[in-house]
Amino acid sequence: MAKQVDARGLSCPQPVILARNAIEEGQFPIEVLVETVTSRENVKRAAEKAGCQVQVEDLGAEFKLTLTK
Amino acid sequence: MSERLTRFFASRWGIILAGAVIGVLAPLLQYLGNPPNMGICVACFERDIAGALGLHRAAVVQYIRPEIIGFVLGATVAALAFREFKARAGSAPIVRFILGIFAMIGALAFLGCPWRALLRLTGGDLNAILGLAGLAGGIAVGVMFLRSGYNLGRSYKTYPAVGWIMPAVMVGLLLLLVFRVKANETSALFFSETGPGSMAAPLLVSLIVGLVIGFLAQRTRFCTMGSIRDVILMGDTHLISGLGALVVVAFVTNLTLGQFKVGFFGQPVAHSQHLWNFLGMALAGLAFALAGGCPGRQLFLAGEGDGDAGVFVLGMIVGAGLSHNFALAGKPDAVVEGVQQIGGISPYGMVAVLLGLAVCLAIGFTMRDKN
Repeated sequence: MAKQVDARGLSCPQPVILARNAIEEGQFPIEVLVETVTSRENVKRAAEKAGCQVQVEDLGAEFKLTLTK
Repeated sequence: MSERLTRFFASRWGIILAGAVIGVLAPLLQYLGNPPNMGICVACFERDIAGALGLHRAAVVQYIRPEIIGFVLGATVAALAFREFKARAGSAPIVRFILGIFAMIGALAFLGCPWRALLRLTGGDLNAILGLAGLAGGIAVGVMFLRSGYNLGRSYKTYPAVGWIMPAVMVGLLLLLVFRVKANETSALFFSETGPGSMAAPLLVSLIVGLVIGFLAQRTRFCTMGSIRDVILMGDTHLISGLGALVVVAFVTNLTLGQFKVGFFGQPVAHSQHLWNFLGMALAGLAFALAGGCPGRQLFLAGEGDGDAGVFVLGMIVGAGLSHNFALAGKPDAVVEGVQQIGGISPYGMVAVLLGLAVCLAIGFTMRDKN
């Protein structure tokens, strides 16, 4: 069961902070839900910097990022 | 194609390009008529708009600045072109309004937004160092709150019409500017005949520059507050590379155009009251950090459908009205009959800045999600 981080509707840097907290907990995979392209890019950049692989899925009105290590 | 462009704009070169473009265009606007060291200043220009509408009656700072209109509409065009226009609202709007008011009071105590602080520095105004230090200090306090769970809650998707309100307001302002509406001698609109408000680059040039910057900044998420915040919060230098590009390019452009004059006293539309330059921008920086964006970024967000950012912008415009009506804004240094007079803010301004800091700290402490 993947860990879920619901960052929809939160403005930056909140999605990044939540994603980083989840990464620090170290339970992978992590699914991060975001609504804006800005949040998608920011979370992706931060996760990659933390050494994660990031898979992005476009769900129409939102994006699901799956982080694995 | 669209996805490739999106990737370029999201890259480090994308943000550097945005900073460099602003670095050239802002000093150029000054060269073409905008006030000195004020090629672009989001806070000052919103203050001028407040003045033109009669929300304050400081006769030297009244003009509907086309750059602001361009910033919002340029961001709207970019967001539509790349399918990012998204109407959203509902994340503690009243708090954002209050933050907008105090952000403006702080910025006007210093006499500039973060963009102008950088432009002042690249024009040789050393007072900007105090302002920028204050800005960084305020943002650092904001980061402390962010780390301990501060946030203003979620925004929600809403009717598309909600997202169109700020772009529509800007179109309305443009029409007022073009047709120079005035019911009678004593009614708005007001346009300065002397002082900074009377100095302006040609309307069309200002508007086009605004649109170009709005477009680029929406694509690259250029944000001065975010630049400093990301470095402090997580050592991320992505955004700040845009800021670096702005500083380097604006410095070279100012040198080339003969707009560089180094010193503290008597800098254009600036005062050398160091403590209040520092504290004014500390207040502004804290308010920006709590609201999630510098004044420029809030305009770009408002352009892409973010109603909460729109409320922050309206807060800043109201804040400008309050600031001048209550004589809170900084007064520039002057030479009167050969005697140098250091400007600065009135005792009322000092109280307002301290009150603003107290209010922002209260917001930071009380709006933390403990989970």
